[in-house]
Amino acid sequence: MSLLHIQNLSVSFGAFRAVNHVSFDVNRGEILGIVGESGSGKSVTMLALMGLIDAPGVVSADALGFDGQDLLHASNAQKRKIIGRDVAMIFQDALSSLNPAYTVGAQLMETLKLHLKLSGAAAKKRALDLLDMVEIPDARARLAAYPHQLSGGMSQRVMIAMAIACNPKLLIADEPTTALDVTVQAQIMALLVNLQKQNDMGLILITHDLAVIAEVAHRVAVMYAGEVVETSPVPDIFNTPRHPYTQALLTSIPEHSKGAARLATLPGVVPGQYDRPRGCLLSPRCPYVQPRCVDEHPDLYTTPGGTARCFFALDDGGRPSHG
Amino acid sequence: MFTFILRRLAVVIPTFLGITLLAFALIHMIPGDPVLIMVGERKLDPEFYKAAMARLGLDQPLYLQYWHYLTGMLHGDLGQSIVTQEPVMSEFLKLFPATLELSICAMLFATVFGLAAGIVAATRRGTVLDHTVMGAALTGYSMPIFWWGLILIIFFSVNLGWTPVSGRIDLQYDIAPRTGLMLIDTLLSGEEGAFKSAVMHLILPSIVLGTIPLAVIARMTRSSMLEVLREDYIRTARAKGLSRTRVVLVHALRNALMPVVTVIGLQVGTLLAGAVLTETIFSWPGIGKWLIDSISRRDYPVVQGGILLVATLIIVVNLLVDVLYGVINPRIRHAR
Repeated sequence: MSLLHIQNLSVSFGAFRAVNHVSFDVNRGEILGIVGESGSGKSVTMLALMGLIDAPGVVSADALGFDGQDLLHASNAQKRKIIGRDVAMIFQDALSSLNPAYTVGAQLMETLKLHLKLSGAAAKKRALDLLDMVEIPDARARLAAYPHQLSGGMSQRVMIAMAIACNPKLLIADEPTTALDVTVQAQIMALLVNLQKQNDMGLILITHDLAVIAEVAHRVAVMYAGEVVETSPVPDIFNTPRHPYTQALLTSIPEHSKGAARLATLPGVVPGQYDRPRGCLLSPRCPYVQPRCVDEHPDLYTTPGGTARCFFALDDGGRPSHG
Repeated sequence: MFTFILRRLAVVIPTFLGITLLAFALIHMIPGDPVLIMVGERKLDPEFYKAAMARLGLDQPLYLQYWHYLTGMLHGDLGQSIVTQEPVMSEFLKLFPATLELSICAMLFATVFGLAAGIVAATRRGTVLDHTVMGAALTGYSMPIFWWGLILIIFFSVNLGWTPVSGRIDLQYDIAPRTGLMLIDTLLSGEEGAFKSAVMHLILPSIVLGTIPLAVIARMTRSSMLEVLREDYIRTARAKGLSRTRVVLVHALRNALMPVVTVIGLQVGTLLAGAVLTETIFSWPGIGKWLIDSISRRDYPVVQGGILLVATLIIVVNLLVDVLYGVINPRIRHAR
């Protein structure tokens, strides 16, 4: 049985559906990558899972299961026991995600006291161990430091330490390296993958960096305008993308356009609240668009490796299946 | 920190000079003088008038009078009251505890209820509760103090008979002033019922004086809280699985307090201005009533000295607020 099971999760803000019938599973010890442009609903999906969507946002789903527990029908108090302990999340901008008014130690120990009921001395010891685990030098001194005294990479390490404090079974990393320097990015990524292996965690890695996905993820889900448009195991998705959008994402990587005068791009932007097309959401931008794509909204169809939301999923040669 | 305080004090010097000039000029602009007021409607002998003015030093040109006032002040001498012949400083010290006690109670009332109202309004944003609380705050802010005080007296003191109308304590008690704070003195005196009487006398004046600061604090807390609740670290706190209450009171409130503390500090000025009216309504024997009385008696030294002392107080409190910032906000503490 999978660790996390999401079926038809939707999030709406008023008339706007930010996330529309998203389904996926994550297994223990698996790294699932979620890619997509800004505004494609990646983060909102995760916030909904964590129960962090506030009114006027409305979350609905057919099933939301975690480790045998039903999160969909759990009370807020029940959810809070799981959130932060078994499911933890780290965010893009670590510096602003730490409370400026409290020391690193206080914020770390808060989680330990809440979920593990550790007392002062034991919590402090565990906090030190955690800072060691995320490779923060001079951990003892860092406990008394305030967030503004840390660098960006250091604060992301603290965030990671906070997230893994209770040995979570699932860690959600929402663009954990986007705000960091390139050299630091690699370190943080390596740290995350190490911790994931050591603790046999499930890891959901939200990113728009396909290189990161290629390197670490086992499986990937591609999101577009609030929908999952393709899921696939990792090596396959780079070789044989099934959805035109995935193909466009891949060709926009500079390495794929070597020798070309210009970098390949997909014309247009992700449709917003008022300009969602009736049929396939990609139809206004898709190079292979057919009349059916404009009229009908495609379901997720099974492909050789996974699923794709396309009537004319691409074949191994990268051509649409209608010929 | 020490140099910071010194720097702040240096800035204060021109402010002080301005205040002395203003106080001096304003009181001398009011028609009449102490001697005329004392004599009242009786017939005044011009010889006696001249002699009295000379004795008080009021026959000298104004610039000389100002100079004497200024040099005396620099020597720590604020002069003595024309009416009571007592040094201004000792009168101030005698009356100040009454104002202090009233101000502390009013501020306590304003802070406790203002913070609570602001937090409730912010966390229930857009609901009926939010609009009710904020509407009430606006009403409180717009209320003229003397009118509000009279309404409360009519309702609670006259109609319901719950609280006394005026003064600090019932006449039957004779409390020796030790600290000057009636609440503490009554406790020390051991007289039965005296403490309760002191508390009952404090309730209405505190509410009247605290209403405007309460409204200001509530509105400031609400807007500051709303801003902080949108911050990333609030999302982090919630992702830890903390209860809503802990997120609001521990993670949000401390950050939201910064601007609120500023406002509380600024309210001290409003408070002392309000004390003048409140003390007059409730016959509260404090600085406000003292100043009003001495203005009507043209007691020049008292008015000049009193205003200066009150201004000093406000400046000191604002300095304290600045220092307090550093305690709440580690970023400021380390920047120095």
